[in-house]
Amino acid sequence: MNDILFRHNRPDRAVTLDEYRAEGGFQALQKALADLSPDAVQQTVIDSGLRGRGGAGFPTGKKWSFVPRNLPGPRYLICNCDEMEPGTYKDRVLLERNPYLLVEGMALACYALGVERAFIFIRRGYELAAQNLKGAIAQAHKAGFLGSAICGSTFNLELDVHQSAGRYICGEETALMNALEGIRANPRSKPPFPAVKGLWGQPTVVNNVETLSNIPAIVAHGPAWFKALAATPEGAGTKLFCVSGHVQKPLCLELPIGTTLGEIIDTHCGGMRAGSTFKACIPGGASTPYFTRDHRTVPLDFDPVAKAGSRLGTGGVVVFDQTTCMVAATLNLVRFFARESCGWCTPCREGLPFVQHILERIEAGRGEMADMDILREHVHKLNYAFCALAPGAMGPVEGLLRLFEDEVREHITGGKCPLGN
Amino acid sequence: MNVHDSHRADDRHRALERVMQQHRLRPDSLIEILHAAQRQFGWLDRDVLGLIAARLRLPPSLVYGVASFYHAFRLEPPGRHRCTVCTGTSCHLKGGSRLLQQLEQHFGIACGATAPDGSLTLENVRCLGACGLAPLIVIDDEACPHASFGPVVERLTASLDGEDTSP
Repeated sequence: MNDILFRHNRPDRAVTLDEYRAEGGFQALQKALADLSPDAVQQTVIDSGLRGRGGAGFPTGKKWSFVPRNLPGPRYLICNCDEMEPGTYKDRVLLERNPYLLVEGMALACYALGVERAFIFIRRGYELAAQNLKGAIAQAHKAGFLGSAICGSTFNLELDVHQSAGRYICGEETALMNALEGIRANPRSKPPFPAVKGLWGQPTVVNNVETLSNIPAIVAHGPAWFKALAATPEGAGTKLFCVSGHVQKPLCLELPIGTTLGEIIDTHCGGMRAGSTFKACIPGGASTPYFTRDHRTVPLDFDPVAKAGSRLGTGGVVVFDQTTCMVAATLNLVRFFARESCGWCTPCREGLPFVQHILERIEAGRGEMADMDILREHVHKLNYAFCALAPGAMGPVEGLLRLFEDEVREHITGGKCPLGN
Repeated sequence: MNVHDSHRADDRHRALERVMQQHRLRPDSLIEILHAAQRQFGWLDRDVLGLIAARLRLPPSLVYGVASFYHAFRLEPPGRHRCTVCTGTSCHLKGGSRLLQQLEQHFGIACGATAPDGSLTLENVRCLGACGLAPLIVIDDEACPHASFGPVVERLTASLDGEDTSP
């Protein structure tokens, strides 16, 4: 099913502007500029039930509605394409295949928000995606979908691409704004929230690539159509899932939000690779607690996944087979977060290396029973860090202790990794 | 430094100055300017950082703080060839971490370090965002999907041997 995001995809290259337009591209923008008020566009997005696809799942229309109406001065939209969460590569695939969806989605969002200058913050290393996007912006300019007096209206918009210098914390929206302002990407304290005081002190909205790319279809077809795409009655729209690890065919696909994990692996990824049986998976990127065999029937949508003890996150599914040591896998994830801690607050800067050290000890067979309590305490206490990085880092650790306690215990009592690592 | 080299250094400084002027010496363009400086010089030494600080009227400590914070900026000269091993979760599952250890042993370089003769830098990155191609290695900006020890060593050895070693 490729209803929205992969609808215009060509098998081996990015879609061109002419092809995109021939398939209905930019009609939503033309329709909105001719017939809809900015408030009507915002209301459509609120009604659609679209939730942020960058990981947190915050309702997009609601986020937009926090921007005060009558503050003087410019306001900004930032598209967050700083995709650095291990296991996640959907935004790259999206931009490599169809950058026009994002351009049109951003134009609609900016129209709804009264923004005249917007930024796309793209991660280091996404060279092809950045190149495609810059090309698409230039083409859209030429065709009159960006620039001044767009489609004969009074709406003006310029899009700027900023390539990140590379740091996971830039994905945090206030840290991202610091990075755009040319300084270290430490998070800012909230309040004031970015919607009131963000980039250069002006009202700012930060949305993910996938989120913004959904907007044209929502405006074109309406909220009811969008809601009906979901596999669950309470969900809305489709979701990109990027599946990797020990499956037969690792790939990025667009499916109804709420598709079950079992269906994704068995029907769409050809099952497990030869000789592998499913042991666990990360359901939504590196910061989400594990899922096991028992979770294969959970609909992958924000609320059902949360109810099952994890988070939908980015939709980056990493599948582990029976040969995977869960302590080593968790250690791999915690090492990433410890290295990416920005150093701003003590719990994160000091706590994550400590957790890493304990996991290293357990994996090497030198752990003690008391280590499990120390880890549990950190799962709890790192929630008091300044931003969401440290609590996210403890997601896999929490999952490890809750679902694989026996495996951790075996490392400690046996004095070595039972899987021979 | 011979005459030829000093001309080249002048060209690079001129190119950097042009970029700084394009950004009207705005302090908030620091990251763009560091990118430009690294494109010119290959890495950022103290002199270049000091020059940028002076031109943008920023404290040298702030410029150094930013340059040392982001992964993109090199504060030491890189080797003539670069091998980057992804150890993100998917690559770890498919053997990326083990591959890195094997390469460290084979070339006698610790991860993050450069060989004493400046020929090779071995480094790792956590997730390149191409998890379907795990384990992934990047050699001199070229991706090697589904990498394994033998072919990677062969590739690297060929690059190192193929170097023009004449002065």
